[in-house]
Amino acid sequence: MVQTDPFVLAVASGKGGTGKTTLSVALAQVAGAPLYDCDVEEPNAHLFVRPQWQDKQDVTRRVPLIETELCTGCGACTELCQFNALIIVGHKAMVFEELCHSCGGCRRVCPTQAIHETDVTIGSVSLGLSAKLTLVQGCMAIGQVMAPPLIRATRNYHHNVPPAKLAILDCPPGTSCPMITAVRGSDFVLLVTEPTPFGLNDLQLAVETVRQLQLPFAVAINRADSGDRRVHDYCQREGIEVVIEIPELRHVAEAYSRGETLLEALPQQRQLLQNWLHQLCPGGLA
Amino acid sequence: MKELVIISGKGGTGKTSLTAAFCHLAKQAVFADCDVDAADLHLILNPDIRRSETFVSGHEARIRPQDCTGCGTCRELCAFEAVAPATAPEGREIFHIDPFACEGCKVCVQFCPQQAIDFSPAECGQWYRSETRFGSMVHARLHIGAENSGKLVSLVREQARLVAQEQAANWLLVDGPPGIGCPVIASITGATAVLIVTEPTLSGQHDFERVAQLCRHFGIPAFLCVNKWDINPEQSETLSRCATENDVTVLGRIPYDPVFTTAQLQVQAVTEYAANETAKAIRQLWRQLQQQLASQPDQGKRPKGD
Repeated sequence: MVQTDPFVLAVASGKGGTGKTTLSVALAQVAGAPLYDCDVEEPNAHLFVRPQWQDKQDVTRRVPLIETELCTGCGACTELCQFNALIIVGHKAMVFEELCHSCGGCRRVCPTQAIHETDVTIGSVSLGLSAKLTLVQGCMAIGQVMAPPLIRATRNYHHNVPPAKLAILDCPPGTSCPMITAVRGSDFVLLVTEPTPFGLNDLQLAVETVRQLQLPFAVAINRADSGDRRVHDYCQREGIEVVIEIPELRHVAEAYSRGETLLEALPQQRQLLQNWLHQLCPGGLA
Repeated sequence: MKELVIISGKGGTGKTSLTAAFCHLAKQAVFADCDVDAADLHLILNPDIRRSETFVSGHEARIRPQDCTGCGTCRELCAFEAVAPATAPEGREIFHIDPFACEGCKVCVQFCPQQAIDFSPAECGQWYRSETRFGSMVHARLHIGAENSGKLVSLVREQARLVAQEQAANWLLVDGPPGIGCPVIASITGATAVLIVTEPTLSGQHDFERVAQLCRHFGIPAFLCVNKWDINPEQSETLSRCATENDVTVLGRIPYDPVFTTAQLQVQAVTEYAANETAKAIRQLWRQLQQQLASQPDQGKRPKGD
């Protein structure tokens, strides 16, 4: 877990582009809480935080390395591997790194100890500081396929992060393994959506996901007065609390395009966010 | 047949709305929704499902509580933080596997001293072959938290290609997922070309650069369309320059227009619903794409997915 057990608020959504990062940054600013950018495929919080980078660590995962002199080509590893990451060619095992899930099974099952492990870099975790914010950012290397190990490394990073009672996670979109890896183990999930058919459909998927994970959650509606009332009606029907609504304003979109934060574009949101955070996690505000 | 994949890097840039408009404009086309994790194209195309199949991929480990002695070997060996303590009905301390975290590697099954772990095929989702008012469509729904989204994407593309071949279609239009990871790579490898739809924001710019690098990494010709260009004309210019530097051909730009939302509410493609400047810009973009792709070779082999 992040640090010595702060209250972890995960900001997630089914649909991309609904304002997860905008809200995550604003919530972190209001609370004075560290922000973890777990959207490692496309980390964007730094564009708004504009931190001075203090530290950057490569994140690696372990893949098998065959010692060919010891390999007898018995096939125990290929039989165990569920991801087709190993094949036997000319009585020797051969590795396809990009298919490997780093489970370590082949090394353990090899009867001749012919399999060692080597590190491949999948991305990095960086620590950045701005005047008021601490940002931990995971960033996946181009061409890498597996986000979850990097998301775990980002969540677990705590070197030089000042102690806090609250931490904010900016999560990847969707409902599959990257999103689950990011929200799993958090204390509360804020699902950000917009009042459109796409927004509603993807919100329903996200709600189903967090319900199965048995995580408490609420909804934030961005561009709340665009579209129609179907998202509001759905939340009411399902007994889901809508805790934040942000209006649709062209000047907000323009400010966002320049990398200005929500609180700069709509300063009146500060009090609303503060009130909600105070309810959610009394004592979490620095 | 040309296969065009529409992606964006960043979500919410209008990728699916544009794909739906191309579905409306393209003649003799087949459609595939490869955003299997949060699919939305069906909300505009309103497909009539003709065939529905279960997608089974990989396995799922499950501990039999009555046979678990609580030795903890599985927990020690699991690389995915998927094993957690549990209490057996009779009060013994045992372990259980969180299906959301299990990646189906079989390590716990292999090394459990009691052989107390079952390993059964995992149902990861559902895929569909459908008919729409614009043509045939293949789409899918990944189960909540399921693994193998990349494999489901490959399956959807493969099935859509088969339909396209049957119909001797001119086009296969693919709505891709956001990001740059496994499902995106499974969506674009082996395609004729990729259209990147982005917006003139710092986030849009940042994500565009990453997705453009990914296309270059896999050697796929890429085109750029800037949506909502007028919310920041200066940033739009920067994007176009950056595209040229990354060997991405700049094709069109579309203004910020609430018609995207209005058309969506009416279950229509933008070009179907409206005939305004925005709709004209999209039609123009589609004409340019047709011209550009005319010089690309037709698809022969099937794509290889992982």
